[in-house]
Amino acid sequence: MDVIKPNHVDELVQNNVILSTVETAFNWCRSRSLWPLTFGLACCAIEMMAAGDARFDIARFGSEVFKPSPRQCDLMIVAGTITKKMQPLVARLYEQMAEPKYVLAMGSCAISGGPFTDSYNVVLGADTFLPVDVYVPGCPPRPEALIYGFIQLRQKIVYPKKVAALKKHG
Amino acid sequence: MLKTQELTLNLGPQHPSTHGVFRCVLNLDGEYITKAVNHTGYLHRGLEKLAESRTYTQFIPYNGRLDYVSGMMNEMVYVQTVEKLMGITEEIPERAEYLRVIMAELQRLASHAIYVGCYALDMAGFTAWMYAFRDRDDILDFLEAASGQRLMPNYMRIGGVANDVDEDWLKRLDVLMDKMPAAIDEYDGLITGNEILMARSIGIGPVSAEMAIDYGFTGPNLRASGVDTDLRRDEPYGIYDRFKFDVPVLPEGDSYARYRIRILEMRESVKIVKQALKDIPEGPIMAKVPKVIKPPVGEAYHRIENSKGHLGFHIVSDGSTKPYRTRINSPCFVNLGIFPEMAKGMHLMDAVVALASIDIVLGEVDR
Amino acid sequence: MDKIIDREALVGELNQKFGNCVEIFEDNTNQSIKVKPDKIVEVMKELRDNPKYDFKVLMNLNSVDYPENFTVVYHLNSLTYLHKVTVKVELDKADPQVPSITSVWNAANVQEREAYDLMGIVFTGHPNLKRILLVDDFVGHPLRKDFKLQA
Repeated sequence: MDVIKPNHVDELVQNNVILSTVETAFNWCRSRSLWPLTFGLACCAIEMMAAGDARFDIARFGSEVFKPSPRQCDLMIVAGTITKKMQPLVARLYEQMAEPKYVLAMGSCAISGGPFTDSYNVVLGADTFLPVDVYVPGCPPRPEALIYGFIQLRQKIVYPKKVAALKKHG
Repeated sequence: MLKTQELTLNLGPQHPSTHGVFRCVLNLDGEYITKAVNHTGYLHRGLEKLAESRTYTQFIPYNGRLDYVSGMMNEMVYVQTVEKLMGITEEIPERAEYLRVIMAELQRLASHAIYVGCYALDMAGFTAWMYAFRDRDDILDFLEAASGQRLMPNYMRIGGVANDVDEDWLKRLDVLMDKMPAAIDEYDGLITGNEILMARSIGIGPVSAEMAIDYGFTGPNLRASGVDTDLRRDEPYGIYDRFKFDVPVLPEGDSYARYRIRILEMRESVKIVKQALKDIPEGPIMAKVPKVIKPPVGEAYHRIENSKGHLGFHIVSDGSTKPYRTRINSPCFVNLGIFPEMAKGMHLMDAVVALASIDIVLGEVDR
Repeated sequence: MDKIIDREALVGELNQKFGNCVEIFEDNTNQSIKVKPDKIVEVMKELRDNPKYDFKVLMNLNSVDYPENFTVVYHLNSLTYLHKVTVKVELDKADPQVPSITSVWNAANVQEREAYDLMGIVFTGHPNLKRILLVDDFVGHPLRKDFKLQA
């Protein structure tokens, strides 16, 4: 019976065979093809659109498919100011997305309210009611900064234990 | 006999074609709209109230967040209103005035490029969007070199502009303006004569001249309905009276006319920038203004020809360092009021095209 | 510079037509007139339709919270003569009410709703006076001076 012995593994790897768990393989694939939700709220949406154009080209990272329906995407980029009128709808959209789903807070308004912190109608950041995975600061952040945020999210998806350990130790 | 029921459909705040967080509740009979009700305010950040707790100079960056695709022009009208209130309109240095005109017209080109791209994108024409954004990125490079930011430039100051530009910037801009007419021809040829676009926008959402004036249309939408008016020519602000340019006017008043007029305006903006680049003098870029801006008691209303219409600021001052009341008269807010009237009896897919042709930016609608 | 009209003649004509309801308002712009609230619709119709003035465009509709009253400010413009006038209406602090001019200009529809929403001024006769920018159950009117922001 052919059973793979430990001393055979090196030989197999050299012959282009990779051994892993299904989870790791799926995580690798997921991180390379994150489909964002078309969810521009305010000014950061323009830079998000610019990240998809020919110069900055987010398509080379697998994310040019911006789907309008929350059922079909796995990344919600909160791009812009969340107002109190819009907050229940953002929460509803998040709940409509299927697992595994990720949230990227883009711009200072989504991180902490931005320049409008003392306004009567602004929610002070997306993390007051959503679990945010990556924060991309800026007002608005350049498209390259958004792409850097995508790459950081990739690290988080592929190495979840490493990222959790980093968070624990500060 | 089958009885049909009216369907209530939510063109929700999260939608690829609503240009932002705009919600419209439609009553549909089959696919024809019988009633449309606008719901705005999903991006209301209270800018008018925030202005009362910021000094005049501190409020300048907030203007970029209004109509976030024409930051330079929003800041220009705000500083010009404060200068009018202070009575220093004649003291702005020449070089600052020329730089203001160049930045404003570049911003108009960038804003119309987004309009052209998104108009085609709303009809699923993705290619045109790519071409328009390519040109927009070239223009934003220059805005970034001058002010440090692509989108919210924070460039205009009360009394002049913040940073000067060097010879190299002016030379390279001249080269870009030589290339722009060819770029505009590119998407003109790609989209304007496109059969699908023509079939989907000719005759859609017709607005007559009387209806346009009654509903408060301003800017390119008004000129597309046959009314020959342009603030830059009729009541010039800054130094616009020194430039020669045509004012395109189209009589049809439908979505296709509103689209075509912006292509024509882009060509005129290129002309203005080239004239300004030829005549720009050397000199200071800031007038002598006090360090602490304290306008006298009174009020001022000033408006300019923004890329979307007439953006107006009404500032009431009580003599202190902070304004007493700042009212932002936004063209998109007023222009959007026509949509329920326009959408009656329209097919659902035509309503999306009509909404795209009015050119709204939600940051300005909701402030 | 804004082109302004002869306010004396304008005020004289309007008072002749509608009774004593218009007077010159002195401020730094030199183009303001004050109208009594109950006659505002007739005065606006006259300003729009009279070919001598031809104020076809309502540029701006603003509301200001002064210490002694609420003032609604209308900026009018003529496309043919390019002259301008500012019409002011002073309202009671306790109960600010003014007739709606939506029947004269449809552009006033959304702007009056905004003034109602943010400043609490009631426009009688408006076809749909509901909040437009804030949630329907918001308490208070934010642009009033007694509504304090939490810093």
